Amino acid sequence: MKSLRNFIDKIKPNFEKGGKLEMFYSTFEGFETFLFVPNKVTQKGSHIRDAIDLKRTMIIVVLALVPALLFGIWNVGYQNALATGSPTEFWPIVLFGLGKVLPIIVVSYLVGLGIEFTFAQIRKHEINEGFLVTGMLIPLIVPVDIPLWMVALATAFTVVIGKEVFGGTGMNIFNPALLARAFLFFAYPSHMSGDYVWVANLSKGEGIIDGFSGATPLANAAAYQIDKIPSAMDMFLGFIPGSIGETSTLAILIGAFILILTGIGSWKIIVSTLLGGLSMGLIFNAFAVNPFMEIPAWHHLIMGGFAFGAVFMATDPVTASQTEKGKWIYGFLIGLFAVLVRVVNPAYPEGMMLAILLMNAFAPLIDHYVIQASIKKRKKRAAAAAKNS
Amino acid sequence: MPKVHKIRRGLNIPLKGEAEKVFTRVDLAEAYAVKPIDFPGLTPKLSVKEGDKVKAGSPLFFDKYRPEVLYTSPVSGEVHMVRRGERRKILEVIVHPDSEQKFEEFGVEDTSTLSREQVINKMLNAGVWPMVKQRPYAIVANPDDKPKSIHISAFDSAPLSPDLDFAVKDEADAFQAGVEALKKLTDGKVNINLNAQYPPSNVFTKVKGVEFNYFSGQHPAGNVGIQIHHIEPINKGDIIWTVNPLDVIIIGRLFLKGIYDATKVIALAGSEVQKPRYFILKSGAAISNIVKDNTNQPFDRLRFISGNVLTGTRIDDNGFLGYYDNMVTVIPEGDHYEFFGWASPGFNKFSHTRAFLSKLIPGKKFALHTNLNGGERAYVMTGQYEKVLPMDIYPVHLIKAILAKDIDKMENLGIYEVAEEDMALCEYVCTSKTEVQAILREGIELMIKELGE
Repeated sequence: MKSLRNFIDKIKPNFEKGGKLEMFYSTFEGFETFLFVPNKVTQKGSHIRDAIDLKRTMIIVVLALVPALLFGIWNVGYQNALATGSPTEFWPIVLFGLGKVLPIIVVSYLVGLGIEFTFAQIRKHEINEGFLVTGMLIPLIVPVDIPLWMVALATAFTVVIGKEVFGGTGMNIFNPALLARAFLFFAYPSHMSGDYVWVANLSKGEGIIDGFSGATPLANAAAYQIDKIPSAMDMFLGFIPGSIGETSTLAILIGAFILILTGIGSWKIIVSTLLGGLSMGLIFNAFAVNPFMEIPAWHHLIMGGFAFGAVFMATDPVTASQTEKGKWIYGFLIGLFAVLVRVVNPAYPEGMMLAILLMNAFAPLIDHYVIQASIKKRKKRAAAAAKNS
Repeated sequence: MPKVHKIRRGLNIPLKGEAEKVFTRVDLAEAYAVKPIDFPGLTPKLSVKEGDKVKAGSPLFFDKYRPEVLYTSPVSGEVHMVRRGERRKILEVIVHPDSEQKFEEFGVEDTSTLSREQVINKMLNAGVWPMVKQRPYAIVANPDDKPKSIHISAFDSAPLSPDLDFAVKDEADAFQAGVEALKKLTDGKVNINLNAQYPPSNVFTKVKGVEFNYFSGQHPAGNVGIQIHHIEPINKGDIIWTVNPLDVIIIGRLFLKGIYDATKVIALAGSEVQKPRYFILKSGAAISNIVKDNTNQPFDRLRFISGNVLTGTRIDDNGFLGYYDNMVTVIPEGDHYEFFGWASPGFNKFSHTRAFLSKLIPGKKFALHTNLNGGERAYVMTGQYEKVLPMDIYPVHLIKAILAKDIDKMENLGIYEVAEEDMALCEYVCTSKTEVQAILREGIELMIKELGE
C-alpha cells in the first residue's frame, strides 16, 4: 500500500493546478479517493466525524443489489433454457446469463461514469458517488434483449438531462435510473414491452420451442389470462420472465434487509409503499369488475417491478420525500398509484415506474405541506404565548 | 419523583479516555489569556496595553458597542502580549501571573440587600457578566434585557464531558450564592435542569427557591437549549438567560468574597491523555503544564481542544482554556490516508448508522481521530439530522434557509431555538460532511445584523 501511496503522491503534482494534466484533476481525484480515504482533517466545528461517507453509503446499496443481480443472471439463462428447451443445468445457464447481463452493466457504467467525470471536471467538483448505484440499477430494470446502444443512449440521457443539468447528484428531481427506463419505454416501446423482450433471444425467434410464451405475469393478468399466471411461489422466488433484476421478490427482500439493517435505506418508505399497494389491491378486490381486479391483493407485491421499485427506487433519498412524515405519505401513494396504473390502464402494465416518477415530482410538494404544518405550529405557539403575557 | 422529560433522540459517542474522578491541584500556569473569539459577535476594545500591571478582576478589554460589559483578567500579573490575527483582529490577551495573587475588591455584600441594578453592576465590573448567555443566539446577555427565566443545566452529556456533580461537590455555598444573584435578574423562574438517570448532587438539589426539571436520554439531553425547548420553547421576542453551573459558582464567590476568583474544575480527557483526570485551575489557564508529559503521542500528532470534541475550540499545546470551557480534550490527528478506508469492515470505526461491523461489539469505546472520513458532497441522505436533534425542528431545511439567507424562513423554522452546540451532532453524523455549526452561526449573525438582538 505504501508504494502505491508513494506512486500517487509522485504523480499528483501533474494533476494539480499548473500541472500538465490539470484538466484531468477530477478524474485523478476520483481514483485517488477511491483507493485512499483522503487525509483531510476537520477544520471547523465538530472535531470528530462519523465514519460514514457517501462512498460507504453507495457501496452498501450496491451490495444490497447483488442478490437481485445474481439471481437475475441465473434467471436470464434459465428463462432462455425454458424457451429453447435446453437442459437447465446450473453453470451453463449462469454463463449464458453472464454473457447477456455483463455487457449491459459495462455499457451502463462506462457511459454514465464517462459523463459524470466530464461534468465533474468542467465544474471542478469532486466526482460524486451517486452513479455507482444508478449504473447498477439501470441494467437491473431493463429487459434482457435490449440493444446495447439503447442502454448507452438512455444512460447518457438520464445522466445529462436527468441529473447534471440540475447540478449533479443530490440536486436531481427524478430518480435517474427510472428516468432512463422511462426514456426507453416511451422512445422504443417495442423493445420495452410485449411478450418477446423479456426472455433472451426470444424476439429473434430461433430455436424457440412451440407454444412458449415469454409473457410476464402482469401481461397475463392484463390480458385476463388468469390461469396462465405462474404460481405465487414462482413469482415470489422469481422463476418468471421480467426485467433482469426485478423478478425475484426473495432476492429483493434480502437487499431490503441489508438496507434496513445498516440504516441506509428508509424502512418507512419501503413499508408504506407495500401498504399502499396492498390497500389499492384490496380496494380493487372489493369493487372487482374484471379478472385482473380479482387477483389477491398481495400478489401485486410479488408481480412486476413492485418490490424492486419499493426497495431500491422509492427509497432514493434525493428524489424521495425528505421529511419523516412525508416519507409515509410518499411511499403510500407510490404503492397506491402503482397498482392503480397497472390494473386500470393495460397500456402501461408497469405502473411502478410511472408511480415513482410521479411521486418524485410531488415529493417536494409533500415536504412543503409537512414543513408548513410545522411553521404554523410554531406561529400558533408564539401567538398563544403573546396572549398569555 | 417529578415529571421527567424523556429525550428520545440523540447519540452518545463512546470515546476512550474518560477522566478519572481525582482532583489534581496545579500550580499557577505560566500564562493566562482571555480570548475575544470565545464570544461570538463581540467587537473588543482594549483597556490595557502590553506591560500594564493588572489584578485579578481588572478589565482587559470591553465590548465596543456595550462598554459596560467588561472582560477582566483571571489573575494578577503583567499583560504580556496582545496576540492579533488577520486584519489586526484581537485573538488573545495574555497575562503572565505574579507569584503572589492580588485581587480587585468589589466588596462582600448580601445579595438580598441589593437591587437588581446593583447585582448587575457588580457582575459587570468584575467581568463575570459574560457568563450569562442569552437564548436566542447563544451570545452574551444584554444587561438591559429582562429575561423570561434563567436556565442552568446541571449535567453535561457531551462526549467525555466532566461530571458536574463531582466538579461542584465542595462548592455548595458559592453555588447557592450564585443562584441568589441570578434570582435577582429575572422575575421568572430560575430553573435547574437535572439528570434523571442518577441521583444528582446535593449541591444542586438543596438549592432553595428554584424550579427543578428532570431530563433523561442521550446527548444532547444535557444541552440547555434542548432543555429549554422541552420546557418553554423560545418564541420570537422571548429572551431566556442561561448560565453554566461552574460559572454560577464563580458568580457566587464574587458575592461571598468580593473578588473575581476564576478557579474552576475542569476535566482533562481523551484517548491520548495518559492520566485523564480532573484539575483545579483558573479560567483562561495555559494548558501546557497539564498536558506536558501526559500524552501518549508526540504533540505534533495530536489535536488539543478546549471544550468537548463536538463543539470545542482547537488550541495549541501551549494554548489556553476557553472562557466557557470546562474540559480539555486530546485526540489524535487524522491526517493520514487510509487504503480503501470506505470499504473496510470497520471494527474500529464508530458510526450512527449500522454500516460498520463495530456495531457488533456492544459497549466498545473508540479512539476517534480528526479525519473527515470522506469528501464533502451535496446533501444526499435524509432523516439523519432528525435522529440526533431532539427538537421539533426540521434541521436540514433550516440549514438550507440559512444558506439561502432567507430571514423569514429561518425564523419560521426555529432559528431562535437552536445554538451550535445543539446541532453539533448533526454535523457529526452528516454523510455529506456539511459544516453545520459554522453555517448556523452565520445564520445567527445574519439575524442579529438584520433584526438586532
